[in-house]
Amino acid sequence: MIALDGVTKRYDGQPVVDDVSISLGGEGVTALIGPNGAGKSTLFGIVGRLVRPDAGRVTIDGMDVATTSSRDLATTLAVLRQDNHVAARLTVHDLVEFGRFPHSRGRLTVADRGHIDQAIDYLDLGPYRSRFLDELSGGQRQRAFIAMVLAQDTRYVLLDEPLNNLDLRHMAEIMRLLRRAADELGKRVITVLHDINFAANHADRIVAMRDGRVVADAPAREVMRSDVLAAVYDTAVDVREIDGRPVALYYS
Amino acid sequence: MLTDPMPTATAPRTADRAAPRWAARPEVRLAVLGGAVLALTAGYLLTDVPGSLGYALQKRSLTVLAMLVVATAVGVSTVVFHTVTGNRILTPSIMGFDAFYVLVSTVVVFTAGSAAFLAADPLVMWCVQVSVMVAFSLLLFRWLFGGRRRSIHLMLLVGIVLGTFFRSSSEWMQRMLDPLDFQVLSDSFFASMTRPDETLLALTAVLVVLGCLGVVPLVRTLDVLTLGEPAAVGLGVDHRRVVTALLVVVSVMIAASTALVGPVLFFGLVVANLAYSWAGSFRHVWTLPMAVLIGMVCLLGGQLVLERAFGFGGTLSTVIDFAGGLFFLYLVLRKGAR
Repeated sequence: MIALDGVTKRYDGQPVVDDVSISLGGEGVTALIGPNGAGKSTLFGIVGRLVRPDAGRVTIDGMDVATTSSRDLATTLAVLRQDNHVAARLTVHDLVEFGRFPHSRGRLTVADRGHIDQAIDYLDLGPYRSRFLDELSGGQRQRAFIAMVLAQDTRYVLLDEPLNNLDLRHMAEIMRLLRRAADELGKRVITVLHDINFAANHADRIVAMRDGRVVADAPAREVMRSDVLAAVYDTAVDVREIDGRPVALYYS
Repeated sequence: MLTDPMPTATAPRTADRAAPRWAARPEVRLAVLGGAVLALTAGYLLTDVPGSLGYALQKRSLTVLAMLVVATAVGVSTVVFHTVTGNRILTPSIMGFDAFYVLVSTVVVFTAGSAAFLAADPLVMWCVQVSVMVAFSLLLFRWLFGGRRRSIHLMLLVGIVLGTFFRSSSEWMQRMLDPLDFQVLSDSFFASMTRPDETLLALTAVLVVLGCLGVVPLVRTLDVLTLGEPAAVGLGVDHRRVVTALLVVVSVMIAASTALVGPVLFFGLVVANLAYSWAGSFRHVWTLPMAVLIGMVCLLGGQLVLERAFGFGGTLSTVIDFAGGLFFLYLVLRKGAR
């Protein structure tokens, strides 16, 4: 489990993550929701050891993030950040190969190649494996990055807004993929989502943040209520049941 | 060998546009460049010998060695610097290293006079230059990387501002110099590889070799660093430690080579960017040696043409900086147009 204990991060005295104690990474998909500036990305940064917290402790399967070697953590936890701009020209295969770096330090074994092929197949990237990243569409590129994260073969997978800048079809495709990775490969997926309807339909558990604090943490269905969502986003949200699924309407 | 590990329908379109596939392989290109370097070296050493061949060989091989040291230092440090800072335009030289070198020399001449500058033991001068420059860069990196995380863009901006500051301070002092002192001083600002001091050359070579030995185990980590800091950290790279170590290597190598032959402002930029486009791979196993070999071809070829075809020597850096400056403008404008 990923356990946060009293984690606080301040920027210029202003708490962005405020005394958060929570345990993440149960089976299935966990969605982290909340308005802009709620501290979701900072929280991810802290778990992914990019941001050092001012107070508190984070442990991943008992390993303290502050003291465990980066390499050991990289074989347990994979993180995909929001903006993935690469200056060099890489092919899909090159990129996915990087996922094996924590295991092989760049000297690929037969097992590593197996993982790479598997990840590429899993994301249907076979026809594109020798294409350069800048020759791909946004959805294909996002899939390539997810393939890299899967090739890393970690128990936990953290994704920060993987649906950013994608159209409807690709958003649905990525969410189905994450669901499959959780169900078939046993990955514990934790993802920041802005579209609460995707969270409701694909996640097992929803954690809602606001002003640096966790304000709701429950099975998806229990968070999908007008009063809860209205409090999280500070705006009127109407939740209706359509074909047995909760759907949030916030287009008023 | 023509075995393709990935026989797929969609091969990279750019790679096999004109040349056959084997010619696009990094090994082949590296071998071709290596051959060119050997041919140029032979041409430089063995043609147009005025007197005793033994004497000429002795003198000229020193020049070739100096070129090799400079090409290695500049090529490796620029490529590493580009990867670490995540850009392909700014180089340590453009960031103010060369301006700092000029300032240190100017201060020496300004305070002690050109007679002392000329009389000073070159070894002492070299040690002063190297240590002051390494100290400056480490201070800068420590200030920018130590404690709170700062953006690399800020670091580059600070470097540019410092460079301008050093340049104008030097100019201000140079204006007040005796014309003779100024003459002596400005002579030392043109990089010259033709008459290297043997002791300094050996010392610089040692530092450059040590620097390369420091980079070799990190070659694959450098590949990961091209993905940027967040991804590299996610893949288990101890980013801060690795980047600090690499920047130390960069500053030592560039300081040693600048103190040996003088500043070559745009040389690193040209060499690194040509290496990126010719290596046909982003991997540092290929781009690093490629940059060194391209540097050798530029220096040897340029020297040959200048010395044998036009009949003057010692001003190679002017030509490189002129061509390099144009190339820099082209890169900036092309990036801007995107």
